[in-house]
Amino acid sequence: MNNKTKIFFKGVKDSSSLMIPVVPFGIIFGVFAIDLGLTPLTAIAMSVIIFGGASQIIFLQLFSAGASSLVILSSVGAVNSRHLLYGAVLSEHLSDLNLTWKIIVSYFLVDQAFAVSNDYFKKNKKDKDKHFHLLGGGLNCWTIWQVTTIIGIYLGSIIPEKLGLSFAIPLTFLALLVNDFRKLINVIIIIISGSIATLGYQVIPFKAYVIVAATVSLFAAFILTKFMKKNHE
Amino acid sequence: MSNFALIIYCGLITFLTRFSMIAILKKEMFNDKIREVLSYVPSAIFPAIIFPAIFLDGSSSLQLEDNPKILATIIAMCIGILSRNILATIFSGLISYWVIIFIF
Repeated sequence: MNNKTKIFFKGVKDSSSLMIPVVPFGIIFGVFAIDLGLTPLTAIAMSVIIFGGASQIIFLQLFSAGASSLVILSSVGAVNSRHLLYGAVLSEHLSDLNLTWKIIVSYFLVDQAFAVSNDYFKKNKKDKDKHFHLLGGGLNCWTIWQVTTIIGIYLGSIIPEKLGLSFAIPLTFLALLVNDFRKLINVIIIIISGSIATLGYQVIPFKAYVIVAATVSLFAAFILTKFMKKNHE
Repeated sequence: MSNFALIIYCGLITFLTRFSMIAILKKEMFNDKIREVLSYVPSAIFPAIIFPAIFLDGSSSLQLEDNPKILATIIAMCIGILSRNILATIFSGLISYWVIIFIF
């Protein structure tokens, strides 16, 4: 196995445990799309073209509520704006790639792939093939997303709603933060971000609560790091 | 706008949010201060996804009482901090949730 293949499969492996909630989420999307009267082809096209769980669900919710195209587009933009931060974090490691590679890895830049590849990139700064890790994680998620969309479309609700499997989604993100619960600044930021998102969920327009919460908390992080450093000096 | 055109536009927006920063920012623009603040991005974004999913009910209003997700999340968090293991965190949360809703 050459280096690129090895890194690719490391990405697949590292992202695998994060794929558990993707399964019920994809099925829920497929079921929901068909319930709303979308054709199977349209639902599959959404999963291929948009390839973002939260954006697709928001799209369906607003679409079924009869929202205008402009509202749908702005909400999808707001839900996706967190990717700007993911891109900013990873760009340091990806800026040497050519344009084609940048386009390819950008398409696969989903939450789960970001989380595992961000760690991998930090530990393997010098390796020029490290983007294959992101490709592995992204493609793993892509495959599962497409397959589960199709399962949802054709097999309908094979997962009983009573199990409450959508709870697996916040649990995955929680699992990604376990190391941060040991650091004071992180804990403060986590509480700030979570509270703003919860209280602002209804109030902030276009479902922009994620990026509003993230921006305020990053600003708080900036202030806190400054303040804590001064205390050490 | 046809449904299909709308899907393509949404796909384009999604792609551009993922692509723009990777395309614009250069390695040389980073310094230790920026790196430090950016290292808090997961802590700043993930709670905004976690908290509403736990504390809000189906009609998006705050549900603090009689909410099995809160206890299940606390258990998952403790297991996560002790084990530092992703799978253990997810499953301890799911299993405690099922125990609470099906047994108690």
